[in-house]
Amino acid sequence: MTTIMELYIFVLAAFVGFQVISRVPPLLHTPLMSATNAISAISLVGSLVLAGANRDTLSNWLGFVAVTAATINVVGGFLITDRMLKMFRRGDSKKDRGAAPLGLGQPQPTATPQAKSPAPGGPGR
Amino acid sequence: MNRELVIQAIYLASSILFILGLKSLSNPDKARLGMQQAALGMVLAIVGTLFHHEIVRFDLIAVALILGTVIGYPLGMFVPMTAMPQRIAISHMFGALAATLVGIAEYHGWGGNVPRPTMAALGFEVLFGALTVTGSFMAFGKLQEFITGRPVTYRGQNAVNITLFGVAVLMFFWMIFRPQSPMVFFAMIGLALCLGVFMVLPIGGADMPVVVSLLNSYAGLASSATGFAIGNNVLIICGALDGASGFLLSILMSKAMNRSFGNVLFGAFGAPPPAAAAAASKDLTVRSISAEDAAMQMGYASEVIVVPGYGMAVAQAQHVVRELASLLESRGVTVKYAIHPVAGRMPGHMNVLLAEANVPYDKLYDMEEINPEFEHADVALVIGANDVVNPAARSDPSSPIYGMPILDVDRAKSVIVLKRSMNPGFAGIENQLFYEPRTSMLFGDAKSSLTRLVSEVKGL
Repeated sequence: MTTIMELYIFVLAAFVGFQVISRVPPLLHTPLMSATNAISAISLVGSLVLAGANRDTLSNWLGFVAVTAATINVVGGFLITDRMLKMFRRGDSKKDRGAAPLGLGQPQPTATPQAKSPAPGGPGR
Repeated sequence: MNRELVIQAIYLASSILFILGLKSLSNPDKARLGMQQAALGMVLAIVGTLFHHEIVRFDLIAVALILGTVIGYPLGMFVPMTAMPQRIAISHMFGALAATLVGIAEYHGWGGNVPRPTMAALGFEVLFGALTVTGSFMAFGKLQEFITGRPVTYRGQNAVNITLFGVAVLMFFWMIFRPQSPMVFFAMIGLALCLGVFMVLPIGGADMPVVVSLLNSYAGLASSATGFAIGNNVLIICGALDGASGFLLSILMSKAMNRSFGNVLFGAFGAPPPAAAAAASKDLTVRSISAEDAAMQMGYASEVIVVPGYGMAVAQAQHVVRELASLLESRGVTVKYAIHPVAGRMPGHMNVLLAEANVPYDKLYDMEEINPEFEHADVALVIGANDVVNPAARSDPSSPIYGMPILDVDRAKSVIVLKRSMNPGFAGIENQLFYEPRTSMLFGDAKSSLTRLVSEVKGL
């Protein structure tokens, strides 16, 4: 029975995914990929339970590597998506940036706006 | 019980934030905020999970989270936009690796007495997970160019791959009916790892957009299967979203190349061209143009359409492109950018590069929007694009790319092609565009050619 419920969830989520994602313009296809990648790193949730359950040595280490791999995607994925989305701007705001020679006036030193978001829950513990 | 309820409520909130985040991507102005909310959803889910009753020790978790952050931060902040395709490819590997390892540990934890539905989910998880791990690594290698970008083929390759896949599927069913056979389980994982390598080997660099999207989908499905295996709904939902997104993108990419999935996966496109195609163009001549003349043409044009391709990414020329465009615009020339869906090595590759160079996104046009414009354009400036502007796709049924939708560059009043040499493009197909009377070639590295153009236009 639970499996059937889970299948319901899967199918409905897949439909929602199709509907939502078919509206994303080609312009944002790369950020879309990195975004879905970051979101699917939610498998971190499963890895966390595994790494913390202390079942046996093998599971502990498998969990450890899994948490590391998934965290890389969470942190890297959301940061890079944000970095890309920040670059997409409309024509009108172009004028002020137009003065910057080439790419030198570019938004590199922006560690701040998002650095706060991923994974702060973890290391503190 | 109460604690479990709270965790589930948090997961529900996260799922909603994720879906809203993806929805926000349909509008470039709202996308950033939406994705920040999705990131918040992720933090919520992580924090919520830490209260899970099964979690009894936090040392491994803390170290792994810190380690992952230390590795992930530079991958997010310092990877240049030109390296985005390989960056995305390798991230699929990490995602799939996590899913596979959880699957192995779950199987191990059940000690062989796995209920059938769970076993089916676990089997699916490790099969797709393992395949995606090595497949993504191969894609990464090809894009990073430590593995040849040319397709690697041998006789009977498809037969071997299909047989291996068949064996893996048999093992999968075996496991469902006899879960207590760890040997078969691990053999299946080994086989899936090999399959990932074999599957990507014959695929050429120009087909990478499809492969990367497909691996995106597989990584999502593996996550989703993890959700089934451990009974976690938020995993099922996110995996399904990722799977749907990757699947949709691969369909779009295949369509943009007028090829089926099967053709991309088994067609070994980009193999050295058949002799006929190469020979046919021997007696044709190309007209080369000096930077000075090219600058003259563009400087006095009323509309210029820039057509970027993978060559622009390789030469990292997007900033100079934008400088040239600004110069032309200050002379009253209208500049637009024509973006083919499969230009580059990843869906949306060119858009990201040009956005990085501060080109406003309302000047970036999709293929359908810009194609009717070409006949009004005075100059089409092709920068390191090849197959996506090859008129053979419209006119020559014998061409391997016949039927692929292309940018109608040849309908512009004149065409200037920036190209390193006359070597055929990645797909190894001769391009008739270069021999058209209206086409002139400006040879050299895209970046230095553009720099010369910039200084010539300044001197007009």
